[in-house]
Amino acid sequence: MSEVVISARSVSKRFGSGTHAVHALDDVSVDIFQNEFFTMLGPSGCGKTTLLRLIGGFEQATAGEIALEGQVLNDLPPFKRPINTVFQSYALFPHLTVRQNITFGLEMQNISRPDAAKRADEMLELVRLSQFGDRQPSQLSGGQQQRIALARALAPAPKVLLLDEPLSALDLKLRKEMQIELKRLQTETGITFVFVTHDQEEALAMSDRIAVMKAGKILQIGTPRDIYETPTHRFVADFIGDSNFLQGDIKQNGSHAVLTLPGGQNVSLANVDTGTRLSQTATIGIRPERLMLHPAGTSDSALRGKIADVVYFGTDTTYHIAIDDQTALLARVQNRDGSTMAYAKGNDVDISLPAGAIRVLVD
Amino acid sequence: MEIFTRHKRFWLVAPAVIYIGFFMGLPLVQMAYVSILERGANGGVNWGSFSFDSYISFIFERDLMDNLMVNTDYLQIFLRSFGLSALTTVLALILGFPTAFYIAMQPQKRRNMFIFLVTIPFWTNILVRNYAWMLLLRNGGLIDHFLASVGIQTGGLDILYTPYAVSIGLTYTYLPFMVLPIYASLEKLDHRLIEAAFDLGANKRKAMTRIILPLATPGIVAGAILVFIPCLGAYVTPELLGGGKFMMISNLIGSQFGAARNWPFGSALGFVLLAMVLLAMLVYSLKFKKLPEDAS
Repeated sequence: MSEVVISARSVSKRFGSGTHAVHALDDVSVDIFQNEFFTMLGPSGCGKTTLLRLIGGFEQATAGEIALEGQVLNDLPPFKRPINTVFQSYALFPHLTVRQNITFGLEMQNISRPDAAKRADEMLELVRLSQFGDRQPSQLSGGQQQRIALARALAPAPKVLLLDEPLSALDLKLRKEMQIELKRLQTETGITFVFVTHDQEEALAMSDRIAVMKAGKILQIGTPRDIYETPTHRFVADFIGDSNFLQGDIKQNGSHAVLTLPGGQNVSLANVDTGTRLSQTATIGIRPERLMLHPAGTSDSALRGKIADVVYFGTDTTYHIAIDDQTALLARVQNRDGSTMAYAKGNDVDISLPAGAIRVLVD
Repeated sequence: MEIFTRHKRFWLVAPAVIYIGFFMGLPLVQMAYVSILERGANGGVNWGSFSFDSYISFIFERDLMDNLMVNTDYLQIFLRSFGLSALTTVLALILGFPTAFYIAMQPQKRRNMFIFLVTIPFWTNILVRNYAWMLLLRNGGLIDHFLASVGIQTGGLDILYTPYAVSIGLTYTYLPFMVLPIYASLEKLDHRLIEAAFDLGANKRKAMTRIILPLATPGIVAGAILVFIPCLGAYVTPELLGGGKFMMISNLIGSQFGAARNWPFGSALGFVLLAMVLLAMLVYSLKFKKLPEDAS
């Protein structure tokens, strides 16, 4: 991609001190590129908001550097950074009108009144709320307040826009609308968006790249497809979408490696990158839709299991399959004009795992 | 669900209403009545003989020929009281706002402690506190002594028994009434609004003048009222720190019921004060009606 806008180098953030210290961020490094929709995804407490606040200047890094276009930002207060934020609660100024909210950032840059007014009109148009300029924020709905918060943050034309879970307060339908709206705004303005969310669906739908975070660390950075198709960690595979995990010992078996399950069955890892995990206990992951089911006895290289439950979802059917005492699999099969064989509860079934869909995961 | 009917709910406020009615409402009516009576020759009043002389003599006096002459003595006392109350309110605001802001920025636990500390002066009798100020302010007193010891020769502070001493004493007495409402409005101010102001390029001064002060206005106005109005009616502080040389409205009214033995005039002065305060409140409520609603 193009040039780096935000660059974090070995950034750590500790709150408190001594035995009560909380390591919100632990040696995090990341590059965010020009004109990118970059998402930091993770459960609450993973450090994603802390990283956002460090970029915004609301917190000071305990160690490491954050640079904007090569210039180290660490000691710059928020008001000197060409970075604006859309806050989770919107934080619209209640004593100012919508228009005054939008021109606030422009006035702080000493932009003349007529120019600021013109810019405010453009912004109102951009977020499609042109007729609401003279209202008070309290007279707007949640979704409208959200748009005004966006307009306000975009008005000074920042280099980077930070968005702190901006959609979490909206209902599902509005959230879907705003996802499309945000993506449109990002494309139209060409501004780098750094988005924080705990909603994996949101992250997949909008992002150019996603950083998956856990316990103050970034586990994996990649495109939504990378993250979904080739997760590196068990946590990533588990957090984004559904996943099957098979735990066993990896051994060399003739020409290729196999994973031996607790029940004794083997999963062939031919053409799977096992890295350094040979002769170790390891976890492999595979998405439910990548499993292939065959009637029992028709496929020798497959795992044998018993259908424990069948759940019909309309577009697809989910099979819960017991392999052994400790291993269970979830298989999702699309329902297409009856061509797919339907299995009933209690049936034995053969399950094949395509090599291209198997990932050896870091626990 | 309605627990009490309208009629029954009245009994919840009845004790307070009856109490206020008997001990404030009735005396007020009595005072209004007294204010339009003729003054008795040896003090007291002549019940039954009405006269508006008391109100007239607030602004006019009769010369020997029984002509009405404008006399601004009383008006001056009123204006001086208003001026001094305004000065005190401004001083309390200058001291009180930073204090309230500081407290509001503290962690929750420490805030409660500070608020507790702010209320401590209430525990001491107001007379004692004013005597303490006399000891501090008098020539050769503690402050004078301290200034001399650091090499500032005042040649006597000469501040006790002046309007300034009264204002210092009043500021001290009513400062908590300024701090508490401002604190209340700052405390519920969303920190993220300040962060948003910084985020949009406001420095600390701009964030203060454009965001924090406007949002704290209801608290500032409430604090100003709570300081200004009791100041107008202050009695003990001007008596002690003003040394009787400097009269405020209350001292004037007090003297009418005491040494001057002019009950109707004292009552009339009381009503003029009441009218002025109500007028001020009316102006306030018309001017600031919108603000507290918007900020909440």
